[in-house]
Amino acid sequence: MIRETVAQAPASDIAPILLALRGVGKVFSNGVTALNDVDLTIREGDFLSLLGPSGCGKSTALRLIAGLSTPTSGVLDWRGGSPDRANIGFVFQEPTLLPWASVFDNVWLPLRLKGISRAKAAPAVKEMLARVHLTGFEEAVPRELSGGMKMRVSIARAMVTKPRVLLMDEPFAALDEITRFKLNNDLLELWQDERFTVIFVTHSVFESVFLSNRIVVMAARPGRVFDELAIGAAYPRDEVFRTSPDYAALCRQASDVLVNAINSTAGSHHDGH
Amino acid sequence: MTAIDERALKLDPEEARRVRQERLERIGRWVLPLAIMILAIWLWDRICVWNAIPQYILPRPAVVLSTLYNDAGLLFSALLVTLRITFLSLLLAVVGGVGLAVLFAQSKWVEMSFFPFAIVLQVTPIVAIFPLINIYVDNQTTKLLLCAWIVAFFPILSNTTLGLNSVDRNLRDMFKLNGATRWQQLRYLRLPAAMPYFLGGLKIAGGLSLIGAVVAEFVAGATGQSSGLASRIIEAGYRLNAPRLFAALFLISLTGILIFLVLSLISHLILRRWHESALKQER
Repeated sequence: MIRETVAQAPASDIAPILLALRGVGKVFSNGVTALNDVDLTIREGDFLSLLGPSGCGKSTALRLIAGLSTPTSGVLDWRGGSPDRANIGFVFQEPTLLPWASVFDNVWLPLRLKGISRAKAAPAVKEMLARVHLTGFEEAVPRELSGGMKMRVSIARAMVTKPRVLLMDEPFAALDEITRFKLNNDLLELWQDERFTVIFVTHSVFESVFLSNRIVVMAARPGRVFDELAIGAAYPRDEVFRTSPDYAALCRQASDVLVNAINSTAGSHHDGH
Repeated sequence: MTAIDERALKLDPEEARRVRQERLERIGRWVLPLAIMILAIWLWDRICVWNAIPQYILPRPAVVLSTLYNDAGLLFSALLVTLRITFLSLLLAVVGGVGLAVLFAQSKWVEMSFFPFAIVLQVTPIVAIFPLINIYVDNQTTKLLLCAWIVAFFPILSNTTLGLNSVDRNLRDMFKLNGATRWQQLRYLRLPAAMPYFLGGLKIAGGLSLIGAVVAEFVAGATGQSSGLASRIIEAGYRLNAPRLFAALFLISLTGILIFLVLSLISHLILRRWHESALKQER
């Protein structure tokens, strides 16, 4: 097994460590080793992408961090102890909205579950909807929205509690490219304004390079951390960056690492399963 | 290829045909069953006349109609009795069915333990259970209610249980992440998610509670204590009063149709904004 550690200093090295995964492993009851001995540090304010082929355990890692699942071995070390649930926002691959509830009610939900009334929650909900450019759609129900708009609602819902960490599980994978670019831009804008920490699972090299300051490349069978890349390009990143030679070079670099990660898997049949 | 038509407003023959087809279907949906119904009634009338069938065997439609009018007092007071049992039992079926489903949803163990009992109650013919109820229960209304309830509660229980258990896994995780209590998860997630299933069960239960009420009256009618529509039918049968028999039958079936329509409307009103089943097909 190849295990390289990159000496390059990530841009956020000065920031305090928010979460450290130490020797984290997860074995499912059917015998599959989803994660094996994962060491990973996430710093305050990071935009960290977990990049890898299917079956590399990136979604499992995200669920462990979210507390939706517990590790078989190893520890998750949160600065200041385990975070209370309000400090984690989660965006699923699907928008995962309540189909019977209006946009407003969907975004209100996390606050409602904390016992905050509609009137008290209204300013926060309205502000969040404005941040994701959905002002005026408060009363629409999800089926009346496009795929991109549904995802915006989902992001607004995850962010309405002002979490310190936003976990995103391939949130834009099902969207068309134009919509995805737009949402990438808006997400970066939000992240720069609010300075929360993002852990972003993706299988797209281009998306991870565009968004993150750190990319953790993972390999499959068993799921493990293969390598880490620092993306030093300055923020704000915009359409100019997206078409720049720098971006292309970074993508090539990340792509090479990903290819190595895929080839490192025993038997290395890339069946996309 | 006519993918891009210069005369955008003018429909090509294919689209025009589709529009025509849709319009025809819309009209046909109402006109056809109505026409067939009228034809059948006319045929019924003709058969009576052509074969000179006596009224006590097969009355002509007009006679049934006039009986409905002449015996209105008798028939409608009987209908009220049957309706009372029907709606009370439907109400109890909703309360009991949903209540049990919520209980089952609290724990897989509870569901595994008690669901078989519900199935036993459901598959045993009510006519076979009734003699026992007759022995153990004194009050006539209670007897009938119990009967109708046993018939009607199962579809609600079974559908609502299914609905409560088919919540999207990610939504459940989302509630968990936000620290939702059991009660909050039930109220804000599982009950609304179960709504389409419950309404489907309700539509079936509406018809069944009427059937249950009538069957119960029939069986109870043998002991001569009931005054609902079923007992009027039995009575009319003894007296060879076929017109009244038909009139009572007509009332029962009309009631069944009305119950179904009302429940369908309620279901549509609740689901129309979000559920697939209530949405108009687009394109």
